Amino acid sequence: MEERVKDNIILKTENINKFFYEPVEFQVLKDISFEVKRNELLTLVGKSGSGKSTLLYILSTMDRDYKGQLWIDNDLVTKKSIDELAVLRNEKIGFVFQFHYLLMEFSCLKNVMIPALRLGKLSEKEIEERAFSKLEMLGLADQALKPASKLSGGQQQRVAIARALINDPLIIMGDEPTGNLDSKNTDIIFDIFRELTHNQGQTIIAVTHDDDFARKSDRIVEMKDGRIVG
Amino acid sequence: MDVNLDIAKTYIFAGKKQTAVAAVGVLLGMSIYIFMNCLVIALDRGSMTVVFKNISHIRVYKDDMISKELVKSTDSSSKYIIINPRVVPKSNTIINPKMVAEAISKHKEVTVVAPQVNAAVFYNNGKSQISGISVGVNPSEANRMYNINSSMVEGDFESLKTTPSGIVIGSGIAQKMNLAVGDNINLTSARGINRTFQVLGIFKTNVSAIDKTKSYVNLASAQQLEKEGASYITDINVDITDPNNAVRVGEELSKITGYKAESWQEASESIVTGNKMRFIVITLVSTLILLVGAFGIYNILNMTVSQKLNDIAILKAMGFKGKDVVRIFVTQAITIGAVGVAGGVVLAIILVTILKNVYVGGDIGYFPIDYEPIKFLQGVVFGLIITFFAGYFPARKAAKVDPVEIFRK
Repeated sequence: MEERVKDNIILKTENINKFFYEPVEFQVLKDISFEVKRNELLTLVGKSGSGKSTLLYILSTMDRDYKGQLWIDNDLVTKKSIDELAVLRNEKIGFVFQFHYLLMEFSCLKNVMIPALRLGKLSEKEIEERAFSKLEMLGLADQALKPASKLSGGQQQRVAIARALINDPLIIMGDEPTGNLDSKNTDIIFDIFRELTHNQGQTIIAVTHDDDFARKSDRIVEMKDGRIVG
Repeated sequence: MDVNLDIAKTYIFAGKKQTAVAAVGVLLGMSIYIFMNCLVIALDRGSMTVVFKNISHIRVYKDDMISKELVKSTDSSSKYIIINPRVVPKSNTIINPKMVAEAISKHKEVTVVAPQVNAAVFYNNGKSQISGISVGVNPSEANRMYNINSSMVEGDFESLKTTPSGIVIGSGIAQKMNLAVGDNINLTSARGINRTFQVLGIFKTNVSAIDKTKSYVNLASAQQLEKEGASYITDINVDITDPNNAVRVGEELSKITGYKAESWQEASESIVTGNKMRFIVITLVSTLILLVGAFGIYNILNMTVSQKLNDIAILKAMGFKGKDVVRIFVTQAITIGAVGVAGGVVLAIILVTILKNVYVGGDIGYFPIDYEPIKFLQGVVFGLIITFFAGYFPARKAAKVDPVEIFRK
């Protein structure tokens, strides 16, 4: 029983504290300890300045400057080197950012392919096929060869999701993934997220301001002044 | 294809204009670097051609010796010998010159050995008299060494071989004494010997001091003018395979023969220093020009890195390591550099070809520049190395970008 519970936890933090030193010393995160279960669609909410984005960047392993401990997939990542963390992100974490952040000089297909090319486990041809099927799943098959800069905001966001999915990551992290989308596009993206967690075995942690979006998620973690309040 | 190269390629084609501008910078720097370095070799070669018309690579002669001032006694019973140090007025000839010449020619770098007798003379023609120097040589050896044939303006130097009483005079002497080929000229030596020679040819070296004083006669004639026998030789001139080694070979010959062997570098130090100064100036200027070209790459890559901060942050979030980012930007730099270097080589070839066909006259003729493979290779290697560093520093800056900082903005 104990083993099963442990197996079911994909991400865990213990007493994470973080300070900003500029312009004055300020504690952003205070003793953050929580767990995320496999197949969960979790939303982090809170007012701006509550520390939720800061927490997300620590969970994403990009921010290494914190005190406390972080486990991902039963692996303590806190002490790992920058390069080890890069490999870990490449394999296990997918990102969707607020401002979609595609590489504008590349085609949509290429944008989706790049993380898999970096991983290098499949041939270029196989990666291309996979990338195309992901775009197809997100309804972007006809946009695949267009440059990323020619797409609308909603379309770009969906390309970014396809990119986050290409390596079949354990966790997908989103920083306001629907932040600048209209309600129609928000609904599309929410449906995709639900499909991924409930049917494809992935876990999603998303920071959001959108109450509707949060309410529909499996679990809401609310933050206030650097603490989890609910 | 490696994903890093793939990304670098996309960036290069996305910023075609910038890439082209940077490549043109390298191209110009590269071509000027190669061209100027070829030029330095050409100028050295030009001045050397003139120098070696009058002097040999190494001159072996009997140097004046200063007497030892004190000879210590070997045992206590005998006395010290004390002599005032002074130049010993011995003869200035080389003893057994045939054997010495043979010993010299056994050295494997020696190409020509020419024994020579210098006789101080007066040229007399009617009332006019000019003091000068008559050089007794073996005509074919002397021609191989100084390439006298190429500076003949009248007559034939080689006919000296078949005419024992022949003389080849400088153009200045011919003009002053109103002499032409076939005329006779009377020489009086410092030893009081008077002989009449037939003018076989006139040479012109374009160094007026030489043209007004120098003449060539057969070795035997010069020995007669000096009132000496067939074994009287004042100098043995030596040419070697590479004139740049003259100092070392000179020292070796000095050890073999026991006579002073003076290299051309010692004999004409001002030319050596002149060449050295030219080398320093041109190397410095051409290197600086190449650096300016490389600075263009540095500048443009720095700009690209600042523009692509978002891309770099995304790549890092997706699992690109610092060294992947370095590779992406260094690949761009090296590609720009390689294009620039290749273009620079082509432009350098064009410049050298143009200058090669410029006629400068004198005894040089066409500009003596040539395609120097070593300088081309040196330029290419040097160009690629500095291009690498011009890319490496901005790339390292890119690798240090903290993605969190970018995403937070």
